[in-house]
Amino acid sequence: MQSQATYNYKVVRQFSVMTVIWGIVGMLVGVIVAAQLVWPQLNLGEWLHFGRLRPLHTNAVIFAFGGCALFATSYFVVQRTCHVTLFAPALAAFTFWGWQLVIVLAAITLPLGFTSGKEYAELEWPIDVLIAVVWVSYAIVFFGTIAKRKTTHIYVANWFFGAFILTVALLHIVNSAALPVSLTKSYSAYAGVQDAMIQWWYGHNAVGFFLTAGFLGMMYYFVPKQAERPVYSYRLSVVHFWALIFTYMWAGSHHLHYTALPDWTQSVGMIFSLILLAPSWGGMINGVMTLSGAWHKLRTDPILKFLITSLSFYGMSTFEGPMMSIKTVNALSHYTDWTVGHVHSGALGWVAMISIGAMYYLIPRMYGKTQMYSTALINTHFWVATIGIVLYIASMWIAGVMQGLMWRATNADGTLTYSFVESVKASYPFWAIRLTGGVLFLSGMLIMFYNMVKTIAGEKAYNAPVIAPAAAHA
Amino acid sequence: MDINDFRSLFTVLGLTCFLGICFWAYSKSARAGFEEAALLPFTDDDAPASSGGRQGKEG
Repeated sequence: MQSQATYNYKVVRQFSVMTVIWGIVGMLVGVIVAAQLVWPQLNLGEWLHFGRLRPLHTNAVIFAFGGCALFATSYFVVQRTCHVTLFAPALAAFTFWGWQLVIVLAAITLPLGFTSGKEYAELEWPIDVLIAVVWVSYAIVFFGTIAKRKTTHIYVANWFFGAFILTVALLHIVNSAALPVSLTKSYSAYAGVQDAMIQWWYGHNAVGFFLTAGFLGMMYYFVPKQAERPVYSYRLSVVHFWALIFTYMWAGSHHLHYTALPDWTQSVGMIFSLILLAPSWGGMINGVMTLSGAWHKLRTDPILKFLITSLSFYGMSTFEGPMMSIKTVNALSHYTDWTVGHVHSGALGWVAMISIGAMYYLIPRMYGKTQMYSTALINTHFWVATIGIVLYIASMWIAGVMQGLMWRATNADGTLTYSFVESVKASYPFWAIRLTGGVLFLSGMLIMFYNMVKTIAGEKAYNAPVIAPAAAHA
Repeated sequence: MDINDFRSLFTVLGLTCFLGICFWAYSKSARAGFEEAALLPFTDDDAPASSGGRQGKEG
């Protein structure tokens, strides 16, 4: 039954290790920019200025940390659930080195000030071309592996990973269309409000497909696997998938409420955002209920704690998001720190925690073990990270609502009650609390790094044998 | 036909397609396949180099 062939763990291993390393780098830059808001003197020169480091932070955590986690888990899950080794291993290796090159180029060009100015798509056109090439290679490896699968079905996690890969290719290529004028400067192919609409069609779907669909793929494999029981309802997962895919595409315009965008387009974005609550919560419930009958495992298994807590944050932020997309709520929340809090509830609570849980599952297996060096340290990491997130999002909520209220307050004669700088001054203590939360979350990653080094030290890289699909025994 | 008729038609088609998927997902005929698919993560033993079944976890 067992053949000599082994799964391609090498590329999974490379991406897993880099997930932890880029996580530390990206979050460190986040802590630096948070500190710059508390102590503006830390804006040392133009290269390390807040305006240049902030896009570096977002790119590093989303595309370097999140991206590596997605590559690692999708390559692992697609091999194991299809019972075949990766299609085109050379191309898979290229996706690793190509993606690392993209990250390094981003880390060099963004501080130097080369940017196209589009949020989450700041990188200039030569890097965009490289991203497109790497991404198409990724699609070939992933779908090629699915095509040569030994199983009848395509497991639901692979549907989510597949949708994420296809959609990100589409989003990236359309939004990055630009006219280059030199090696380091280009102008968007779109103009005015159309450019804004395409940017936020891209931007929100980067959230919906990169930061949601891909990580839901992770959820549908690692939650059942770690809980040792199949997903609560497979039928619900099918409806969840299609509902999410149908809806997310239309929600982006909620980023442009009260702008030059036509009013009806804003309303479409708002309504689709509200509808999104249903598939999002369907998925969350499906994940959490997978644990029904095995809740006791949460007490002893810190990896499950990460996975289930991430789903709780997913539920919270996918409730908050639709609420914030309502125009009247958005009138208060937009351009304030509430948005920053919302993003981090999703990014730290959902994306980072599910990735961390999945990495704690993957890393030992990449070296022929089933456990990390220290389970107690995973538990410490969990609590440090959770307290960090709570400090972060609670301070941003308070600061955001306060800013929104101060900016809209008017005196009886119609003049503004507060000047802008008064709202900055009032935000100061909350920015300090946010910095504390960020430092805690980063400390958790350092604990993870130590645990990873101790797990790997002295161990030989391991490649599991390809097993023919056996009768299920769950 | 006005372009708005096409827009309405597209919306109706989208909804019909989605409802169709829902009915299919909850239909009897799809049930057996889904139950099989749900067990896919468990059809192989990924405990490294062990003969003792799935990996032991604390608790």
